[in-house]
Amino acid sequence: MKRKWYPLLLTGSIFLCFLIALTSLMLGVIHFTPAELFRYLFSDTNAPEANILFYARLPRTLAALLSGAALALAGGILQNVLANPLASPNVVGVNAGAGFGVTLCCALGFVSGWAMSAFAFFGSLLAVICISLFAKKISASKSTVILGGIALNSILNACSESVAVLDPDVAMLKSEFRIGGFSAVSYTRLLPAACMILIAMLLLFTLFHELDVVSLGDETAVGLGLSAKKYRALFLILSALLAGAAVSFSGLLGFVGLIVPHFVRKLTGNESKKFLPMAAVAGAGFVCLCDTLTRVIFAPYELPVGIPMALLGGPCFAVLLMQTKGGKRRCSK
Amino acid sequence: MFQIKNLCAGYGNVPVLHGVSLSCESGTITTVIGANGCGKSTLLKSAVGLSDVFSGEILLDGKPVTNMRENIRAQNISYLAQGKNVPDITVENLVLHGRFPYLSYPRRYRACDRAAAWNAMQKMGVETLADKHLRELSGGMRQNVYIAMALCQETDVILMDEPTSYLDIARQFRLAETMQSLAKEGRAVVAVLHDIILALKISDQIAVMENGRIVFVGTPEEILKEKIIPRVFHVDILPVLCEGETEYVYRKAEHS
Repeated sequence: MKRKWYPLLLTGSIFLCFLIALTSLMLGVIHFTPAELFRYLFSDTNAPEANILFYARLPRTLAALLSGAALALAGGILQNVLANPLASPNVVGVNAGAGFGVTLCCALGFVSGWAMSAFAFFGSLLAVICISLFAKKISASKSTVILGGIALNSILNACSESVAVLDPDVAMLKSEFRIGGFSAVSYTRLLPAACMILIAMLLLFTLFHELDVVSLGDETAVGLGLSAKKYRALFLILSALLAGAAVSFSGLLGFVGLIVPHFVRKLTGNESKKFLPMAAVAGAGFVCLCDTLTRVIFAPYELPVGIPMALLGGPCFAVLLMQTKGGKRRCSK
Repeated sequence: MFQIKNLCAGYGNVPVLHGVSLSCESGTITTVIGANGCGKSTLLKSAVGLSDVFSGEILLDGKPVTNMRENIRAQNISYLAQGKNVPDITVENLVLHGRFPYLSYPRRYRACDRAAAWNAMQKMGVETLADKHLRELSGGMRQNVYIAMALCQETDVILMDEPTSYLDIARQFRLAETMQSLAKEGRAVVAVLHDIILALKISDQIAVMENGRIVFVGTPEEILKEKIIPRVFHVDILPVLCEGETEYVYRKAEHS
């Protein structure tokens, strides 16, 4: 992409994302007009409708925006660091690791938002360490890394299931958490995760150049004076932080981290300083839009947002897999 | 001057190099040759911290390289790796990464960085490809772009691990000329080469390795005189006079 077009594209995307968020606040079982929305938000805050807005619609919209941005960034980082365009938090087992963390946290009786976010982070970190060790130890090809991720997904999901079977109280997590959705989001669950996501994003946005150099490969990065091991570990921790925090309140939302970075790369190219901010905005807008649609189309019922994500993401993953032709062609990044 | 003194290095607990010593003067080309797996690449990797140094010293103008901060080392020693990723970025952006060791936060390129990248691209003849994506290029052109990135580091010591890989014969000659011009600029060029004939033609000194040891260091004339090539590679190298210039041809060694 030409340098002059990028600011326009990013500004336009932020504006579009803002419009989607406003639409998400306005639409639902009860619709608000733009005038009503601003009245309940800023002046008539004691009205019953204002409660719906503040305690149901607003946390949900914020959750969709945050999880979309976090998962898209986590996917983008994983793709760069593992040098694999097929990598994403749900494919390589990072989401499953976070899910196992949350399940374990509930089984142990810690139900605060901070505990859930922390357990989700450590679960996803465990998965990230496993998959990066696997990739490095056996010098795995790109497709083998994905297969390793699928194996890790199975193991971690089996661990979550085992905990759920042993502790029936955890069964409440089961359906929506596994599919991914925002109907149970509250400020107490959102706040800790939001802090983690914002810290990770701030840190990440100071390390664009380092991420670009890490993606050149260890030997080239070291030749350029960057400690590849140290920075790779840092980026994997950041991706675990982003994915873990998102999963702690949104559940196992699949494929955002695959689809969004993939399409954003086509628009912005691979330079992290252009690609990552755009991926964050696009991820936020995309998840918020999907969540709004699943609420509106089936009103008064709603579909967990994870279902349309999986329906869209599955075919995209298959197409990407076919394009890589065994991980050899168009996949050397 | 770039010096390696009695170096023992390897990976993890496995030693690959055993007591290797080599001195490379500024303004010279040193080539390292040897059979596959003899430790040539490990020798170069040791200088940039990619292998574990068990004992010995690597010195740049008398200062230990292993004690240098990574960016300072990269301002003095550039390294062209043998295996490289092919990221989906433009040629200019890849070459500009060569300026990474010089960038402080917020890591913005200055006019001098862009000028250095342009010079490096011109040296390697890839300036017309500046806006092309790396993945659109052939293996040989990518190799030239990576060499341009190493040149963009503007270092006193340039380490190249098999720089002629993927290059056609014309580009191999051009690379040889580039290496000679870099040496004329006062840089120490150290290259691992599989092409012994090219090594004989361009080197000021050749280090011959066998089983993790340097078994001989000398000028091309000394290498030929001492018959090192037949002993290590089991081939003979014969000088042939061609239009007034000495060329070389391989022949299977008689005793092999």
